[in-house]
Amino acid sequence: MRRLPVSIVVLLGVLLAFGIAALLAPWIVPHDPLRQSLLLRLKPPGTVDPRQGLFALGTDDLGRDLLSRILYGARASFAVAILSVAVSLAVGVSLGLAAGWFRSWTATIAMRLVDTMLSIPAILLAVLTVAVIGPGFLDLVLVLGLTRWPRYTRVAYASTLQVASMPFIQASEMAGAGAVRLLSRHVLPNIAGPLLVVATSEFGLMILFEAGLSFLGLGIQPPAPSWGSILSAGRQYVERAWWLTVFPGIGLFALVVCVNLLGDLLRDQLDPRSARR
Amino acid sequence: MTRSFTGPALEVEDLVLSIGGAPVVDGIGFAVQPGEVLALVGESGCGKSLTAQAAIRLLPGAVERQRGRILLDGDDLYAMRERDVRRLRGRRISMIFQEPQAALDPLSTVGAQVAEATGLRGRAARDAVLAMLTEVGISDPARRIAQYPFELSGGMAQRVMIATALIARPAILIADEPTTALDVTIQAQILQLLRRLAAERGTAILLITHDMGVVADIADRVAVMYAGRIAETGRVDRVFAAPAHPYTALLLAALPRLTDVPKSELAVIAGQVPLPQHFSPACRFADRCPLVGERCRAERPPLADRGDGQLSACWHADHVGSIAA
Repeated sequence: MRRLPVSIVVLLGVLLAFGIAALLAPWIVPHDPLRQSLLLRLKPPGTVDPRQGLFALGTDDLGRDLLSRILYGARASFAVAILSVAVSLAVGVSLGLAAGWFRSWTATIAMRLVDTMLSIPAILLAVLTVAVIGPGFLDLVLVLGLTRWPRYTRVAYASTLQVASMPFIQASEMAGAGAVRLLSRHVLPNIAGPLLVVATSEFGLMILFEAGLSFLGLGIQPPAPSWGSILSAGRQYVERAWWLTVFPGIGLFALVVCVNLLGDLLRDQLDPRSARR
Repeated sequence: MTRSFTGPALEVEDLVLSIGGAPVVDGIGFAVQPGEVLALVGESGCGKSLTAQAAIRLLPGAVERQRGRILLDGDDLYAMRERDVRRLRGRRISMIFQEPQAALDPLSTVGAQVAEATGLRGRAARDAVLAMLTEVGISDPARRIAQYPFELSGGMAQRVMIATALIARPAILIADEPTTALDVTIQAQILQLLRRLAAERGTAILLITHDMGVVADIADRVAVMYAGRIAETGRVDRVFAAPAHPYTALLLAALPRLTDVPKSELAVIAGQVPLPQHFSPACRFADRCPLVGERCRAERPPLADRGDGQLSACWHADHVGSIAA
């Protein structure tokens, strides 16, 4: 095995830290993210309350601890992003594999469907769908998952076409492997690299979409914390309480930058030609 | 598998394949007995690889089977359902190819690929793979099981392919130019290995090649193809000693020999193979043949018995001796 470059290890480390913080939020938060206190409204970062202790990142307009809310918000972001990437990956890759393997009319239908989906702005479709079926965690995952699959289909289709014509696929076919076995054991592993790169960049996008929809009030519903809704609420107090927009903003920015850089590095690793450009 | 059928392992009867109406394979027939190596020889485009693909029922989409039967241990391959044919591949009929490195999945270990046709898992699979790898003479087989194709040399990769093809004890192995991508010393080893495995396991081998040297090394019988038809067939020693078709005679004469004067001109067969669209209904070799006569351009010569199992499709088979080198 080749050793991973330092940059990838660092980025993976940062992502892992975010992930662990999100996963362990219920056990590591200093305060209940939903507990309101009118006496502690809009306190700046570092405020120490004699009874409740330290509010490291300050409090919001309802006196809730910002750090706790950001940690819980990260949980929501990760959950939505992971699940919706999984949904779109499953849908997109199966369609792309089928199109690349069976070709002819299967490919025509699949790729025209992709063209159709790509001609509709995903965020608009998501807004529309949420507006119709109503907001909520599961709806959000499904809406994002079912609008963001076409990129996987394109990549999977092109890679499958390429891999399917290779001698080792014919060899397996002549050794008696059926379509399911060929696709799952021989084609899929050989096209996983480019799909992983797409999935990484989509993961970053999903985090942004979740924040965006929640910001618009179409995603995670209050009082449950989400970076989008924290930002949205903090917007009204941006002159009096800067910390309400700056900290979740930094979190969102750092996470998405990390994910995107990781995606670029992975692409360079998996396709050495693009690194030299 | 224990064989109850006593006829040929593979029999091809009157096979006609066409691409866009042009008959690229035109009435080929042959049989391979268990333990026998039959070489199908011919130049590029004569239809030998298509015949092999037809024999495993995996023809490219553009090729149409007009006629003909493929009998595998007596069972008609084209009378079966696709699902049943798939179960036969790798188990009763296997194939190995020209580029062993490319024919192995780069992301699967040697062990996983060799085990694929057995359907076994875990310990049993490992034992079977280890035994098979030992049988094909790979050095350090226990270590190879966990290796990936990029860690193998060409010769080793071809041995792995052979192990993959033979592990389920098929009745017939089709070897499509198995040594073309290998250097000559490795080629000799691989041919010897195939020869030995055919004899030990009673596997019939259909060897597709363009190399007369390979034929002489390994085959029991040879079928020389020209422009989609069999020109001549018979035991290798017979055909090489006394070819009964001018094409065979000229092919043999074209082989460079160590006794040739250095840098002297190589013998060639004048002219080119006709395109399938231009195949003549009479003798297709007529335009390049030194013995050509009136009848050759008018009538198709049948495969006629020359005695001792040698068959030749030539009107002037008796005079072929006069053009031998």
